[in-house]
This record gives sequence, structure tokens and C-alpha cells, in this order.
Amino acid sequence: MSEREVKGKVGIRELSPIDVYKLLPRTNCKECGEENCMAFATKVVNREVAIEKCPPLLTKEYEKAYRQLKEMLKPAVKEVVVGVGDHARKIGGKLVMYRHEFTYFNPTAIAIDVTDEISDEDVLDRIKGAEGFSFEYIGQTLKLDMVAVRSTSDDPEKFKASVRKVAENTNLPLILCSLKPNVLEAGLMAVPKSRPLLYAATKDNWKDMAELALMYNCPLAVFAPNNLKLLKSLANTLLEYGVEDLVLDPGTFPSEGLVDTLNNFTMIRRAACKRGDELLGFPLIGVPMVAWTEKGEAPEEIVKWREAYLAAMLIVRFADIVIFHSVDGWSLLPNVILRQNIYTDPRKPVAVEPGLRVFGTPDENSPVMFTTNFALTYYTVASDIESGKINAYLIVVDSEGIAVDSAVAGRKLTSEKVADAIKASGIEDKVKHRKLIIPGKATRLSGEIEELSGWQVLVGPRDSSDIPKFLQEKWATSQNS
Amino acid sequence: MGLKLSPRLLELIAKLQEIELEDFEMNVGDLEIWIQPSAVATPIALPKVAPLVKVKPTEIIEKEFVSPVETYPGKVVEVKLGATKSDGGTRGKSVIIGGETTPAFYTFEGPVSHSPVIALDVFDMEVPLAKAVKMHVKDVLGDPAAWAKLAVEKFGADLVTVHLISVDPLLKDASPKEATKTVEEVAQAVDVPLVIGGCGDPVKDAAVFAEVAKTFAGERFLISSITADMDVERCAKFVKKNGHVALSFTPMDLNLARELNRRLYDFLPKEDIVMDLTTAALGYGLDYAFTNMERARLAALMGDPELAHPMSSGTTNAWAAREAWLKMGPEWEPRELRGPLWEVTTALTLLLAGVDLFMMMHPAAVKTLKDIANQLLSGSSGDAEKLVRWVSMKI
Repeated sequence: MSEREVKGKVGIRELSPIDVYKLLPRTNCKECGEENCMAFATKVVNREVAIEKCPPLLTKEYEKAYRQLKEMLKPAVKEVVVGVGDHARKIGGKLVMYRHEFTYFNPTAIAIDVTDEISDEDVLDRIKGAEGFSFEYIGQTLKLDMVAVRSTSDDPEKFKASVRKVAENTNLPLILCSLKPNVLEAGLMAVPKSRPLLYAATKDNWKDMAELALMYNCPLAVFAPNNLKLLKSLANTLLEYGVEDLVLDPGTFPSEGLVDTLNNFTMIRRAACKRGDELLGFPLIGVPMVAWTEKGEAPEEIVKWREAYLAAMLIVRFADIVIFHSVDGWSLLPNVILRQNIYTDPRKPVAVEPGLRVFGTPDENSPVMFTTNFALTYYTVASDIESGKINAYLIVVDSEGIAVDSAVAGRKLTSEKVADAIKASGIEDKVKHRKLIIPGKATRLSGEIEELSGWQVLVGPRDSSDIPKFLQEKWATSQNS
Repeated sequence: MGLKLSPRLLELIAKLQEIELEDFEMNVGDLEIWIQPSAVATPIALPKVAPLVKVKPTEIIEKEFVSPVETYPGKVVEVKLGATKSDGGTRGKSVIIGGETTPAFYTFEGPVSHSPVIALDVFDMEVPLAKAVKMHVKDVLGDPAAWAKLAVEKFGADLVTVHLISVDPLLKDASPKEATKTVEEVAQAVDVPLVIGGCGDPVKDAAVFAEVAKTFAGERFLISSITADMDVERCAKFVKKNGHVALSFTPMDLNLARELNRRLYDFLPKEDIVMDLTTAALGYGLDYAFTNMERARLAALMGDPELAHPMSSGTTNAWAAREAWLKMGPEWEPRELRGPLWEVTTALTLLLAGVDLFMMMHPAAVKTLKDIANQLLSGSSGDAEKLVRWVSMKI
């Protein structure tokens, strides 16, 4: 059987708008906001809108069609909700194994751990680290998602007090970690209505854990260290027990056995997405903080380094949650950016509209620069110009959404395109001079741009953070020359 | 249907409850026939009754797990880089890359064919370098031979890439002869296979590569790179004639990659071609690079011969991300760690997409990638008991 065949189930790529359309009311009532039912069906297939946006479909009359649609659109990996209300976080909900097959939904949730034996001050510090983490990136704010409370004391009262302390100080969804059901229950009593993820059911405690999950309506993690047969059997048993929202943990090996971990994650995801194995069709939890179990005499930085690269591999290889111990910006930042990258929609280029942008109140003597239309490049340059309070014109050249250096190397950014963009922008009517500041990484194009456009080229800085300095030093002098 | 269903569901529940009361042991599989399939899905108007129909198991209900193994019709070609004396060259060793019959590190399907290899970058003139990188090579800047020696002996490079930046007409416009002299110095200093990097000018690079290829005939250097806007026929011919390997470089588009490879096939056997599908930095388009490479490798395994080449990545591009080197707020420091981790993260992402040859920069990033690759290749099993420790570990 090939990767492209999935027996017994319609693969996500095979689902056509017609399949959905047939089950819709087909009245073109426009209540969903679309022009007609076919347009709505197309958006549904592209996962741009939920079928619940069709009011008639939610009436008794269409109940059967609604159920059929639900089944048809059901993701291979179940979507599980951790937490409640505005602060709930969805995980899983994956339709495909490979990103290029459609798109990945619900970015990997990143959790930071605290324990019931660290001081209150440390708890608050770590929560602050988790909540306070924030990074602005192409118009988005990248954040951390959850707090994992571990019981290292095995003392129910201590755990309860600790969970209460955490819950009082954060709205982030919680993961409660203890393999002892009585300890976990004590923790749950501190947050009985918050729907934390319970970690974890094992071969020894599954029944008690299942009872807790049912009683408190919580998702339940299933932990079967490096044993997929057991993992699948436990998932099967728990589903029969009535627990519907599972999260799977085949274990994360920090060094010896790392290849087993990659294999386990990969096999589970393939079984779910390509073989229709519903028992393994649940979100996966990866634990990069296992690096700390092998700390030994190593300096903390080394352990944080290992933890960070383990997380990166897990994010690439299908993890829906990762649990971190480090709260250091340098180790978390590459991972939140990687997560953002992997979870962008490959169907849409990350690009902005080409054309002329005006910053501040430029006049006929103001500088003219250009950059590419790769969203990240554009936003970075724009923010540097804005923060420098510069009055300037910026021509955004269509590089097919590629950054300057790659676009030059790949001939997506050529002197012809720059010359055409100058003409099309109408900038020649707006300024008296004919001096174009080009990105330092496009130096190669200088001569040809001058020839083709008739503009004089000033090679700007290699990084846009130096634009204010560059203008101060070079633009003023070039004006006088 | 929903209205008709409700009474039936209630009936079922009643029956099941009876069964439960009688403590009747029943096969759970039988139950599924009753309630499958659509009745299980909670209908909008119905109360949530589904959990009630379950008989709670008392033992683990075992399920078999069958490894979801694929068979792939395609295989990536093996390419040998560097020629030893017995092969007509002067290198102390050669490396073989490619040969994959499964996606990257899917060792449940088959063994890894060859370890990924790392080429360290050496530049023939001063170039802008991140501080975190510069501190490791400051003593050898401007001395490509010494730099290469450091890369091999201290940083563990499998190959060395000599970037002939100075030939750029916009920079020093060094002649092909001068470039050849630089390569000669490096080839004398180290005996690993070399990668010959150009300046990016399609005309000048062809002239430089031609000279280097001829001077070092038989060495199986990797000529980095041949692009669609070069005189492909001429380049392919001098690569073939002098016994080297072509790096086929295209900008993030698999159709362009196929097209350039097809042009090369007219003159070069498949075993003489490595491809570079363009590496963008973490945060600056890594998603494109990753998906492109993953797709290319899957396509190759599914039988697309035009993409069945080992892949090379200019992982040094990770440093194009300002977050790799920029001084940010104190919460993001030290950048001496953030920077190389940026390179590691970029490299690992692409390792998992199937990259065979990494062109890298920072010694710590190189060491980490090597360690991880060795760990994955060793196939050593971990102790499952240890996996449980983190839950109650005190740090």
C-alpha cells in the first residue's frame, strides 16, 4: 500500500467541495455569509469555516446530514481541548501527516513545569516566565501555552496546595502530573472545573485515572514508555471505559533511544493519518525536559541546549504538546519560531502586496528604499523605519514572497523587477532626486539596477536595523554631493 | 433519522443496563455492532448519553500494534565526494551520501544508508560574520588554508567548502587563476573532500569553476553550484570531463529542480549530481525549505527519478536571521548560545526532511548535529524504565 492510498477512509485530499455540497441544504440562503452553498462548501473543504456556520444544518431537519458531514470532516487526529472558557487550548485536530498535504492545525502547545516542592516564590517566578513570554513576529504575538504541575513529593496535600497556588496565579491551562491517582485527585480537587490534562494513565493505574477523567471531565494522557502495543491497548481500554479525550505519550528518550522516540512518534502519526487507526488518532505529548534526567555534572546551559534541540525535533516530528523546564528566552525563542513556521498554511505564501509604502511625511527630497514582499522582511524593515521615525518611501518589490538574499540567489529578485517596480510605483513623480537605497544583501544587483532604471544606487545596510544610522551618515552626505 | 433514532438508543441503553445489572460478561466488540456508527456521534438535540452505553472494562483490552511499514519503489542515488589516491585523487578519505530507501530516520522501515556529513565554510576574504561565529575563527580570517585546518582538526568537519567570494566582479574580481591558487592552498592544508563555492555571478562562476575543475581533475570536488542561468552544458561538461560532482541549485521550486536536473542528465550520470533546493533560515522561510525538501525526498522514494539525488543544505543561512546574532533584550541573552542554537534548529529541521550534506558555520552547532546524527545512527535502545523518571524528578 502506498502513502497515497488510505483504505476505508476518504483521504483529506480526496474530499471535494461537491461531497460537502451534496449534504448541504442547497438553498443558497446566504445565512453563512457566503454567496451560495457551493462557495460555503469550498470553504468548508479548505477548513476555512466550520460547518456549524450554516444555521439550517443545525436544525432537526438536517441532523443526519450534519452527522455525516461531521464524520466526513473528522480529523485523523482528534482535537482535544485542555482548559475551559477563554483560556482553553485546542491540541491535535490534525488532518494530515505531512504539512504539504494540507496544513497543520493547532500549533504544538508549549508547557513550562513547576513542582509541589519548590518555594512559592519559585512557582510564581516560573509562572511569570511562562505567562510573560512574548515575542512579536510578522504581526503575531508568540506565547507559551500551559503550565505542567508535577508532584515530586507524592504528598496529596502538598500537591493540592501547589495546584491551588498555580491556579490562583495563572489562567493558562494546566497539566497535572503524577502517576499516583490519589495524588492526582488531590490536585484535581483544587481545580475541579478547570479541565486540566491529567498525566498520566499507565498499565498500573489506568482504571483509577479513567475514573478521575470521567468524574472531572478531563482529557487524559496515556503513558506507555516505548511500547506501542501497550499504548494502543491502553487507548482502546480507556475508550471502552468511556474516556473520549486522550493524549498519547510513547515516552521521550533524551539520548540513548532517541531514534526509538522519533520512530514511535512517526509510526503513531502514520497509523492515524495513513492507516485510519482510530485508537492512535490522538494528540501526542513530547517531553524535552527529560534532558534534565541526565544532567549529571553538566552545566545547566548544556542541559537547556539539549532540551531545546529535543523540543525542535519533537515539534517537527508531530508533537502536539511539549513540556519544557527551561524558561530561558534563548532556548525557547528558536522553538516558538519553529512552531510558528511549521504551522503556517503552506497553501498561502507569507507575502505582502507589492507596491509603494509611505512612512511618516516624506517630501520630494526624502529617501527611497526598496525591499522584497516576503512578509517577514517587509514587517522587519517597516518596523525599523517606523521606530527610527523616518520620513521615507519604501518600494515593495514582488520577490514571490522570498527574503532578499534567497531571492537574489534564486533570481526571484532581479534588476528588471526592481526597475519595473520603480516605474510602476509612480515614485518618479514624488521625488526630485533619483537615488535608490538598496538592501545590502542585494549589492550584486547595483550595476544592473542603475543601467535599467537610470537611478543611482546607494547600497544600504545588510540589516534593516542599521537603516536609521545609515540615513544619518550616508543620506545626508549623498544629498550634499 | 435523529427522531427515529432516539427511542432506539434509549432501548439500547435499557438493554445494556440490564446486562450490567446481571453482571453479564460480554464481548465489547459485540456492543459496537449495536451502536455503530452514527448513533454514537452525539446529535445536537439529544442529551449526552453515549458514555452510558459503555461497559467499563476491568482488564486491559489488548490490541495488536502492527508497524505501519511502507515499501517504496524509489531509491536516492549514492554520490561519492572526494577521491583518494586509489581513485585517482589526493584526498585522504572520501564520503558517500544518498542511497536512502526510506524517509529520514524512519529506521522502523530500514537502516539509514549513510551518515549525514558536514562541510564547514571557509571564505577566501573578509566577510560579515556574526560575533558568535567570528570569535571562533578570528585568528584564521583571510587565511583559507589555516581556516580549513582549524575546521577539520578542531571542529571535526567531514568536508570543507572553499567560498571563492573574492572572484565577484563587484568585490575583488579575482581571476580564476588566483581562485585556483586559493583552492590549491586549502587542498594542501587538509585532505578531506572539498566543496568549491562560487560568488553567485553566473558568468564568472562558470569561468572559475572551469579552471578549478581542470586543475584538480579527478578529485571529485563538489562544484557549488550550477544554476539554471549559467551555461549549464558547458559546466556539466567540465564537471564530467574532470571527474567532479555538480551541485544543482534551484530556488525553492521542485519543478525548477527537476528541470535543471534534466538538463544536467544530458551530460552527467545521476551519480555525479547532488541537489540544493535552497535553505532559508529559521524564522525566515524555513517552512518553505523544510516542506520542499520533505516533498522532494518523498517524491524520490515514490519513484520520481528527477528528485532522487542526495540533498545539500546551506545551513549557514540560519545566520541570515537577525534573531541569530542581534543584541536583543536581556531576556533573550546570551546570544552566544541563541545564535548557534538557531543554526542547530535549522539543521535539525532539515535533517528530519532528509538532508544529506550540511554546509555549516558554528563549531557548537556542528558538534551538536554530529552527536545527534551519531546517536540516531547508533540505533542504541534506551531504558524504558528511565522514561518514567521525569514525572517526579527533582531539579
